[in-house]
Amino acid sequence: MSELVLPKINKETISKKEYIFKNLAKIINPENVLSHADEIKPYETDALAAYTQTPLAVVMPENTEEVSNILKFCHKENIKVVPRGAGTGLSGGALPLNDAILLSLGKFNKIIEIDFENKCVVTQPGVTNLGITHAVQHKNFYYAPDPSSQLACSIGGNVAENSGGVHSLKYGTTTNNILGVEMVMMDGTICRIGGKTLDQEGYDLMGLICGSEGLLGVITEVTVKILKNPQIVKAALIGFPTIEEGGNATSEIIASGIVPAGMEIMDKVLIEATDNFSKAGYPRDAELLLIVELDGTESEVDELLKQVSSICKKNNCSSLKLSKNEKERLSFWAGRKAAFPACGAMAPDYYCMDGSIPRGKLTEALLEIKRLSEKYELPVANCFHAGDGNLHPLIMFDGSDKEQLRKTEEFGAEILKACVRLGGVITGEHGVGIEKRELMCEMFNNDDIQQQLDIKLSLDEKNLLNPGKVYPILRKCAEEGRVHVHRNEEKFPDLPRF
Amino acid sequence: MSTEMKKNSQIFQDSNNTYYPEDELQVSSVVKELYKKKQPTELIGTSSKSFIGNKIQSAKKLSLSKLSGIIEYLPEELYIKVKANTPIEVVEKELEKNNQELAFEPIDFGFIESGKSNKGTIAGHLSCNFAGSRRFKVGSIRDHILGFRGVNGKGDIIKSGGTVVKNVTGYDLSKLVTGSFGTLVALTEITLKVLPKKKSSNTITINTDDKKLVNELFEKISSSSSEVSGAVYIPEEPKDESYDHNKEMVFKFNDLENKGSFVALRIDGDKISIDEKIKTLTDELELNKLNTTILDVHQSTPFWIKINNLELFTQTKNNLLRVVIPPSQGKKLMQYLDNKYKYYIDWCGSLYWIEVQSKKNAKVGEIKNLIKELGGYLTVIKTSNEYDYEETIFTVDDTRLLISEKIKKSFDPKRIFNPGKMYRGI
Repeated sequence: MSELVLPKINKETISKKEYIFKNLAKIINPENVLSHADEIKPYETDALAAYTQTPLAVVMPENTEEVSNILKFCHKENIKVVPRGAGTGLSGGALPLNDAILLSLGKFNKIIEIDFENKCVVTQPGVTNLGITHAVQHKNFYYAPDPSSQLACSIGGNVAENSGGVHSLKYGTTTNNILGVEMVMMDGTICRIGGKTLDQEGYDLMGLICGSEGLLGVITEVTVKILKNPQIVKAALIGFPTIEEGGNATSEIIASGIVPAGMEIMDKVLIEATDNFSKAGYPRDAELLLIVELDGTESEVDELLKQVSSICKKNNCSSLKLSKNEKERLSFWAGRKAAFPACGAMAPDYYCMDGSIPRGKLTEALLEIKRLSEKYELPVANCFHAGDGNLHPLIMFDGSDKEQLRKTEEFGAEILKACVRLGGVITGEHGVGIEKRELMCEMFNNDDIQQQLDIKLSLDEKNLLNPGKVYPILRKCAEEGRVHVHRNEEKFPDLPRF
Repeated sequence: MSTEMKKNSQIFQDSNNTYYPEDELQVSSVVKELYKKKQPTELIGTSSKSFIGNKIQSAKKLSLSKLSGIIEYLPEELYIKVKANTPIEVVEKELEKNNQELAFEPIDFGFIESGKSNKGTIAGHLSCNFAGSRRFKVGSIRDHILGFRGVNGKGDIIKSGGTVVKNVTGYDLSKLVTGSFGTLVALTEITLKVLPKKKSSNTITINTDDKKLVNELFEKISSSSSEVSGAVYIPEEPKDESYDHNKEMVFKFNDLENKGSFVALRIDGDKISIDEKIKTLTDELELNKLNTTILDVHQSTPFWIKINNLELFTQTKNNLLRVVIPPSQGKKLMQYLDNKYKYYIDWCGSLYWIEVQSKKNAKVGEIKNLIKELGGYLTVIKTSNEYDYEETIFTVDDTRLLISEKIKKSFDPKRIFNPGKMYRGI
């Protein structure tokens, strides 16, 4: 792993460690202040497990007032703070710092109110994404954004990262699905934004906070919009003999005016790997596999499926299957959802990338990744949220071989740079964190970054909240950026990643 | 003469002290000069919505009207990139060629101001973030902005976002700039998400003045999976002479009984799915028990255009308020409004457009207090000539105001752009 540059350690903070612990124990229940090495060990990393740092202490406040008092104290004493939700983030956004308090929102785990009349749920930030859907599904409602880690990731973390998922093409990401937040600023100010109304007046602070990766405020409450389940959901499973034909079909589906609920692509390597792994019954002769999911009323879905089928046939698809029932639809997804673990079974290590490109550049991107794979002599497997052009190439390598590791890092950075060249961005849904920090200047120039830093400093003038994340410390373009998984030992191996 | 001054001397400035830069670099050099002189400046496009917000005291104006034209339109990528002050009509016409549209339904504020269409520009709509009837289904304007370029208050050219929908690279400044009334950035380029146009639409109308029923209908519609894309309630107008009684004239359609109060629901799709949705809604809403009619596509389309033109309030001389509340509070607000105010409800019970007689200016403050109690917010869209401006145009609390001040400072440290347009001190 490349050496990671972190903000300069404040020696004064380290030297008054005991004083800090004592004061924190006055602000919150002393049992919720963890400072012993054994207690804080589990918090050394998030799901970007390649990087670890020991925090000064871990604090677990139980209410907003406690969060505010902790931040007030840290602000006064110039102590850095790293907020953390469930720690499932893939870009190192919750990586601790040696001279920082790790502020865990783990105890904020209750749903405060389910309001069917206003179609919303008011919840504490530590509740899991799926927990919200579970709380409302008895009345056929659900919360739309569905990141692959939804079983474990917290809604507060979703807000911090603006998490997406398979269905974001039609239903948007977190920012499009929240109505209000309560947050605490670094100086302890408690601020409520939005509520149960659509939109808010004045500056869209919710839009700013959403996706700000814990740099601007600590989320202590979230109000999310809930949606009624669609009347019917059906899917198509389509194989293509070439990458080009599959890529063209994807573009044509969107161009024809269809907005699928989800549209996923896997390449040959993954078709075989996932089929071995999950016995999904995928067409093994295909070079590219497309899953298209549609929802709406019965006749609407049937009509759209007809159109999708005809576009795919026109583009020489080699196989085409439409789901006849819910069981079959879920079986179409089984392999796709096993993509990451299937990769883990193929090589000792893999890096998961996360770039976005215009849909029409899918073929070009896939061919470029193939070229790079040959150049670096490293196998790569590709799965895409094709509907919105979000790529997750998985580079396979052996981490015990230092030369392979170096080549993998270069390979990864080249993929993300290619995404930018093709008109895309360096991260679609995993966030910048520490992982892609140095690649920010691929997309932004100094003025762009300075404006963002000015916003940060206007709300956190001492730069104490989650410093060292998102923005390059040295303003240089180093070659970093990926998720490193060793021997399938992901931080959350049981979470499906797609 | 400095190099910058030389550059500016080539930028056209009319007798009203208005600059007309022709490109982004020129905008940047004008703003750098204004920054140096700490010169408060009003940003203008085509001025279609300039009446919204507080009056600005500024000696200079910066017209961005010359930054107009489509830069790139890729229908298959569902986005269009335009120079910021491209007229809405130009964009709509271009999208129409590919059966696409701006799904948030831009509101035409021309009618309330001058009695005729004046849709304004993309930048103007972005700056206000007032979406039309489809908002409760598809999101607001801010949900359709993928990226922008612009010039901050120091003259730096900045950008955020891009052309792809999945993008979490850096802070989402597109959202922050949307609805900021030109107080943060002089916009030069905007990328919008576009969506396929629905093939057809029908509108179910339900004649009723039973307020309880209206709220029940809104509740059921928002709980339905039948995807109603517009839901309004048009109550009977108050008898008061200070209101223009134009409802029957505005909503004159063959199949609409427009004399009393009515609810209207829009259903989009192709013919088969519209029929299917109407059938489902008939069961869900028990429409057979009610007095209903169906407007075909030839009546449905113009009906919703009139709604989004705010034609009920054409050239009003009164105050016009835009109020957003949690839908569950509708009963209380309707009870308060009773038949004393001319109003209608949009967004399936969330959005109220309320006209307040000019002579009852003080009522604006009273309504604002009620709306705050109900957990909503109020914006004074148009003020009568007698409006005293004691009552602020926007709703904001002290903490958010403080944060907004800090953000303003980070973009525009000398408060050059539209000072006071939204709040005093911003």
